[in-house]
Amino acid sequence: MLGKLDWSAIPFDQPIPLVAGGVVLVGIFAVLAWVVVKGHLPYLWHEWITSVDHKRIGVMYMLLASVMLLRGGSDAIMMRIQQAVSYQSQGYLPPEHYNQIFSAHGTIMIFFVAMPFVIGMMNLVVPLQLGVRDVAFPTLNSVGFWLTATGALLVNLSLVIGEFARTGWLAFPPLSELTYSPGVGVDYYAWSLQISGVGTLVAGINLVTTVLKLRTRGMSYLHMPMFCWTTLASNLLIVAAFPILTATLAMLLLDRYLGFHFFTNEAGGNMMMFMNLIWAWGHPEVYILVLPAFGIFSEVVSTFSGKPLFGYRSMVLATMAICVISFMVWLHHFFTMGAGPDVNAIFGIASMIIAVPTGVKIYNWLFTMYGGRIRFATPMLWSVGFMVTFIIGGLTGVLVAVPPADFMLHNSMFLVAHFHNVIIGGVLFGVFAGFEYWFPKAFGFRLDERWGKAAFWFTFTGFYITFMPLYIAGMLGMTRRLQHYDVAAWRPWMFWAAIGMAVLTIGVICQVMQLVVSIRNREQLRDRTGDPWDGRSLEWATSSPPPVFNFAFYPDVRGEDAYWAQKLHAKQQQFEHEEVEYQDIEMPRNSPTGFVCAFFASFMGFALIWHIWWMVILGGLGAFATFVVFAWRDHDEYIIPAVEVAAIDRSNLEERRNLVSMAGAV
Amino acid sequence: MALTATYGHAQADPHHLGRAVEHLGPAPKRIVTAYGFWVFLLSDIVMFSCFFAAYAVLVGQTADGPKGSEIFEQRNVAIETVCLLLSSFTCGMASIAADVRNRFWFYLGMAVTCVLGLAFLTIEFREFADLVSRGYGPSRSAFLTAFFSLVGCHGLHVTAGVLWLLTMIAQVFAKGFRADILRRMMCFALFWHALDIIWVAVFSVVYLLGGAP
Repeated sequence: MLGKLDWSAIPFDQPIPLVAGGVVLVGIFAVLAWVVVKGHLPYLWHEWITSVDHKRIGVMYMLLASVMLLRGGSDAIMMRIQQAVSYQSQGYLPPEHYNQIFSAHGTIMIFFVAMPFVIGMMNLVVPLQLGVRDVAFPTLNSVGFWLTATGALLVNLSLVIGEFARTGWLAFPPLSELTYSPGVGVDYYAWSLQISGVGTLVAGINLVTTVLKLRTRGMSYLHMPMFCWTTLASNLLIVAAFPILTATLAMLLLDRYLGFHFFTNEAGGNMMMFMNLIWAWGHPEVYILVLPAFGIFSEVVSTFSGKPLFGYRSMVLATMAICVISFMVWLHHFFTMGAGPDVNAIFGIASMIIAVPTGVKIYNWLFTMYGGRIRFATPMLWSVGFMVTFIIGGLTGVLVAVPPADFMLHNSMFLVAHFHNVIIGGVLFGVFAGFEYWFPKAFGFRLDERWGKAAFWFTFTGFYITFMPLYIAGMLGMTRRLQHYDVAAWRPWMFWAAIGMAVLTIGVICQVMQLVVSIRNREQLRDRTGDPWDGRSLEWATSSPPPVFNFAFYPDVRGEDAYWAQKLHAKQQQFEHEEVEYQDIEMPRNSPTGFVCAFFASFMGFALIWHIWWMVILGGLGAFATFVVFAWRDHDEYIIPAVEVAAIDRSNLEERRNLVSMAGAV
Repeated sequence: MALTATYGHAQADPHHLGRAVEHLGPAPKRIVTAYGFWVFLLSDIVMFSCFFAAYAVLVGQTADGPKGSEIFEQRNVAIETVCLLLSSFTCGMASIAADVRNRFWFYLGMAVTCVLGLAFLTIEFREFADLVSRGYGPSRSAFLTAFFSLVGCHGLHVTAGVLWLLTMIAQVFAKGFRADILRRMMCFALFWHALDIIWVAVFSVVYLLGGAP
């Protein structure tokens, strides 16, 4: 009846996950109870859960990512404490628990923090920057988000029901095969990634189509803001790479569930094939994450320097070059596995070549700043912090791309330091910059600058204190994933890393405080212009938060930095505005399809993990029924009448004109 | 300033082609839907290519089990291929019928497509069942693992296609040739033809190359 599931699945003997899980459950129930008692449920259901508005979905993606960042961060804190105290001692974590923690930390940070952050950011901003009303497939967008949430839910369920994988974040066979990992940990891992992977693919298809087919009048490719370009590149990578992940995990699951022999030691299976396949996805994944961050930096640097982006076309070229080359370097992840010098040399050179377009980008940002009127607002701080940090990460990356050096550094703490250096310094700093930059657009009020700056400085210094020691420990020969160790020379560095982790935690607290303080002071921080930073691209042309239809008219674009040009034009015309005729706008209707899909996917995923076959069948039938019901809808769109559009747009314009004339009077 | 210079020009004809090549705004829905579906199909083909790669890597790993030439029956495969290629033709006829809003030919085309698809699936299922009953199931060797997965993955896609096909018939029956239903029909047709293309690759790589002694 319940497959492999029984009471032994709940870790009554392990206090840490049980208490953590208990606290989380209490928290969730408290929030749910508050929502229900206060009567917010209908609002949540109509305005958020069933919403197909790209802005709402983007916000929900980022909310999910923020919550999971706290979860992945707690894992990181536990690991740093463990390694700081486990010199010639067992530390406070039992080995199998420690192994679950580092696997969960990697999985969560990549799939449920970084991915939803960048996808959420792209969802929120790209249609606005393109001057259109929504993404290409709004309902599908909602499905994609909710499937990602399902994956996150399953990973967190493993905390209290069963266990998580102990195999590292990529579950290499044969360790992840049934023989060596007989528990449900790898199944939790594989099914949650399979389900959220479908969500990611859907988002990728959606955004590629949006950028290529939905652009406002005059927005030719070379008029698109840089963030749209990096979004395009990143989503092309998603569409090309995520099916590889799906296929690879499917093979692993077939091995585990049906006794197939893709990667087993017996009957001719080939586990090196897993390495090749997983990294053919995994390496582009790095660029899927970092390219959108590059786009954010381009927007931020140009806006806060008051200049158009330097070398726009070379930036486009560099983006697309990275997009292509990132598929040709995957083998550098296993130089040490005996592919031979020729193969290693080719992949080593290809890996180093990526530094060229990346260098082009860095120089372009520097030249954009050169001679500009730089304002060091929080987003700009994150961007400059990124440039410094990312250069260090890039240089150590070139170092490990040299096969002989890699033979020394492979699987060492040096490598751990390197990829945290690029992922935190690149992706996380990027989404923080974007978060500060676009928050006023999404919510209509700015974030508190003082707390934001504090958050930056603590995170920035905390990052260096944590990860620079790891480089040194790696040079001293410390390998990754150590549960405890006996080498005295490593100890001080582990100690410093733990201190750095504490500083990073203060940074996180500042970030939370910033939100709390800003929400409390939202009236003073209100952004009435829709353009708080004196921005350059079209998202600043509409009000903050934008109306559901984004733009009353499709804006007419005549060049790069479309909104900047509009502003100049308006100044020349002395703000004279010809009266225009408003038209009805057709918008997609809300739909619970995404939520219902995720509901069935959650049950099905859980049932598959625990081999509860009747529930699998029920879930499958439910999913098909959802599909048919969705297909059967007669009215998937509604009309916003021209009068209403006119009222909203006129009041926005009025607000803006008042502000401008007030500024003129001063 | 560079900006004021580019503004105003509008760069309507940057390559001096003698006509304006300005971007005209968002594409119509039909184009957007078909385009998005094409992108999906490409990603699906990437997934298939992984199974093809796995097959290529594992084809020699028979673990003292049978080789391809010992278990493939060319006659069966020929019939399967004919079924599937013909079904693509009838699917095309159904698409044309939908375009000219002819219900009779639409139903007929879809029904024949469905029958041919089911015939394909039946033959494939019998081939699989026969192999398993002889002890040559997918867990016998890495070669058989790769074979069953690649061919089975295509078979699963055809099954999904048949389900979708039946839903399409029901939709046209209940709602007629509405614009959104025609868009779905277009996606279905693309899907079905793509399965055909993948089958041609399966047929060549697995059965023709693997069938040679």
